[in-house]
Amino acid sequence: MNDKFNKRIIEDKLSHVKYKTDKDSHIIVDEMVCEKCTTKECLYVCPARVYSEENGKIKVEYENCLECGVCKISCPKKAITWSYPESGYGVVYKYS
Amino acid sequence: MQNVEKIDVIVVGAGPAGVAAAVTVARGGKTVVMIDRADLAGSKNMFGGAVYLNSIKDLFPITWEEAPYESYISQNRYSFLTESSSVEINHKTLNYPSAATVFRPKFDAWLIEQAKKEGVFYAPKTTVRALLLDDKRVIGVRTDTEELKAKVVILADGAQSNLAQTLKLRKPIKPKDLILGVKETFYLENSKIKERFNLVGNQGMLCEYFGGLSDDEASGYPFAMGFLYTFKNHISLGIGINTEDLIKMKKTPYELLERLKSHPDIIPYLDDARSIEYSAHTIPEGDFYHMPKLYTHGAMLVGDAAGLVNNVHFEGTNYAIYSGILAGETALDAVKADNASKRVLSAYEKRFKKSFMYKDMKSYRNVVSMLRKMSNSIFLKYPKKMDEFFTLFNMVDTIPKATKFRSFALKTGRAVALDVPKIAKTVLEVLK
Ligand SMILES: Cc1cc2nc3c(=O)[nH]c(=O)nc-3n(C[C@H](O)[C@H](O)[C@H](O)COP(=O)(O)OP(=O)(O)OC[C@H]3O[C@@H](n4cnc5c(N)ncnc54)[C@H](O)[C@@H]3O)c2cc1C
Ligand code: SF4
Ligand code: SF4
Repeated sequence: MNDKFNKRIIEDKLSHVKYKTDKDSHIIVDEMVCEKCTTKECLYVCPARVYSEENGKIKVEYENCLECGVCKISCPKKAITWSYPESGYGVVYKYS
Repeated sequence: MQNVEKIDVIVVGAGPAGVAAAVTVARGGKTVVMIDRADLAGSKNMFGGAVYLNSIKDLFPITWEEAPYESYISQNRYSFLTESSSVEINHKTLNYPSAATVFRPKFDAWLIEQAKKEGVFYAPKTTVRALLLDDKRVIGVRTDTEELKAKVVILADGAQSNLAQTLKLRKPIKPKDLILGVKETFYLENSKIKERFNLVGNQGMLCEYFGGLSDDEASGYPFAMGFLYTFKNHISLGIGINTEDLIKMKKTPYELLERLKSHPDIIPYLDDARSIEYSAHTIPEGDFYHMPKLYTHGAMLVGDAAGLVNNVHFEGTNYAIYSGILAGETALDAVKADNASKRVLSAYEKRFKKSFMYKDMKSYRNVVSMLRKMSNSIFLKYPKKMDEFFTLFNMVDTIPKATKFRSFALKTGRAVALDVPKIAKTVLEVLK
């Protein structure tokens, strides 16, 4: 996985997505579990690159979430607590 | 919901399944509230996509002009890609169309408007967080702000199917149970779309792409396909990939989409086209063997929430509508009898088992798993063989044709012979 390339293409794609951003995150990861995780599926399965690694920690940019639900079923350690954003918040599709 | 005194039926989710269920209840004269988490109707929903005209007409008897259809599918194209080639089969028909492209936000909003006209109470911007239970009976829902009670609750909350899992109607969803779809919508002038895809009037096209996402035979081709739909002034290009295969592949969904976009066969289609939206959503795998239980005391499952799709034919919204209607009819019976016990609601499953949906899901029960097992053949080997064949056929040189074709036939015959029994067995099952 070429990370720089990935980062560039997803930033471009996300720049066309509309959101109504909530002030609180609807995604919480269990840092203690993530620290010991060697596979880190969340980093590449997420279609919006919500998860990234920073200083050995999982960073969650919940405001980019497309609400597909794939991360929570893909994390082998069940470390992701994911609930729908507050009613009326989150992604707003128009041409989908 | 201050203005509704006594609710007979609550429908969670206002996609096609929820709308169909709610309208059916309202037509029977009972009070129904349809709840959706989206503020703007349909703004959380995404598909390929085209809806099937017969299912929409069976729900709302309307003419073409009355619904927000974009283009009708008059052309289905099947494109087999290798990294540098494509072989296409194109079916065009001037007969009466069976599907039309739509944008879900606009179309779902329109469906909801029709439902409201027939007396459905619609509660947008409301997320159902849990179901209210009395012992094991579902007696209502808990939203962000209040508790609502009803005689029957219909769960039409889509592919993630969270509420059904809390009721244990479904086993916890695993990666292999869901296909992830990602797509990009492009703006492109109507005249250019018509020129590029050979269309006139309000004709449209669906192209399905086999292959082109990977050439790594050793690690196995993922169970994944590309699609391209045309709209009036837009085209959508996307891929669907089984989540378990995506995990194995260790690639991001957007780099796969980018790979499809940069295929030499697709680049010219996108010339001048402006990307205006990117979206993602899941599709149930539609596994007959793991179909959830469709009802329990006080509740029924419809549409994607119940995993009702036939992915071979891109059928989803029609299953949503027809299952919604069947659950709506059963809910009416339950409200009239003032009894929403398991025994009464089991009529929904009986109705479903008589429908074409159950029959199709049953006869197709091994098709998807066969295709998935044969991914390397279908998405890598055959596109390559097709390319080799046409390259041979079209290459004019000084090698005798017999020599060329003999060696191709020998190599290909062996490769195909291994797959034939597997394919034949599954096809015979479908026909049985
Ligand atoms: C990439 C892709 C391509 C597809 N292509 C096609 C196609 O071309 N043709 C076709 O027929 N089908 C297609 N499908 C499948 C089709 O989209 C679905 O089968 C169909 O939308 C299912 O309808 P539904 O009403 O069951 O669920 P949905 O349409 O998903 O509706 C569920 C609704 O419930 C709401 N909701 C969810 N949870 C809650 C909650 N807790 N509280 C309140 N509201 C909630 C959501 O906001 C949503 O409006 C495709 C799907 C995908 C992902
Ligand atoms: S896959 Fe799960 S456990 Fe591993 S880093 Fe990601 S969220 Fe944490
Ligand atoms: S729900 Fe989908 S888009 Fe949102 S974080 Fe999870 S994988 Fe990414």
